[in-house]
Amino acid sequence: MTSRRQFLLLTCGALAAGEAVAQLDPNIAAKREAALRAAIGKITDGKPIRTGKVKLQVPPLIDNGNTVPLAVAVESPMTAENHVKAIHVLTEKNPQPYVLSAHLGPRAGRASLSTRARIADTGRVIAIAQMSDGSFWQDSVSVVVTLSACLEDGLI
Amino acid sequence: MARVAITAPSSAKKGEIIEIKTLAAHVMENGFRRTQEGALIPRDIITQFVCTYNGVEIFRAELHPAMAANPLIAFTTVATESGTLEFKWTGDNGYAETQSASLSVS
Repeated sequence: MTSRRQFLLLTCGALAAGEAVAQLDPNIAAKREAALRAAIGKITDGKPIRTGKVKLQVPPLIDNGNTVPLAVAVESPMTAENHVKAIHVLTEKNPQPYVLSAHLGPRAGRASLSTRARIADTGRVIAIAQMSDGSFWQDSVSVVVTLSACLEDGLI
Repeated sequence: MARVAITAPSSAKKGEIIEIKTLAAHVMENGFRRTQEGALIPRDIITQFVCTYNGVEIFRAELHPAMAANPLIAFTTVATESGTLEFKWTGDNGYAETQSASLSVS
């Protein structure tokens, strides 16, 4: 079910992109924006996300988007009462926003993980941490990608 | 064909935080690429990774197409007792791989 807001967003996007050569999906920007918002909404269930506590490390200039090292660390005592339940990594410009959802608990000792992602285009990378008290914290890094992952699927 | 590798200490002090690095050899075909004829290459990725410590789950991750090929996941855990760490990867097309590492805690 498309809400009024999503509908307006999509039509505005279509109008704005109407001038571009329509080899690609003309409202791809709006669609990705909507997909990212939907993904974040699914994670947080509509709860507000605050900035802080989370530290996302991604190189700001990425030569090769196929293998991007990234590390997430969250400030937390990691006790049974106060720990990080999950860490989600999302990207703004990929065909699908999700990269990784990690579920951890007090036995992790330290809320940190590192992995390697694919990033399709210059944009933001977002890390969201879900705490045991139900709050959400995030950090985002803007990256520049020179060689994109998934080149074939329409870039903006 | 499918291979995995684990880097974890074999011994640790009780209460010490140890880092575990896991690597699985997998193409992680993202399902967005096309062949030269324009046919879409179907998705083939690892979708889940689980680590258990003496049978208790300590870390779980859902992987998506935006994970790089040969997914590397590094995380930490507290060395509580001697035992085994079990690692399990599952994915598309029936991909399943397990590996274990023993840890002695003093």
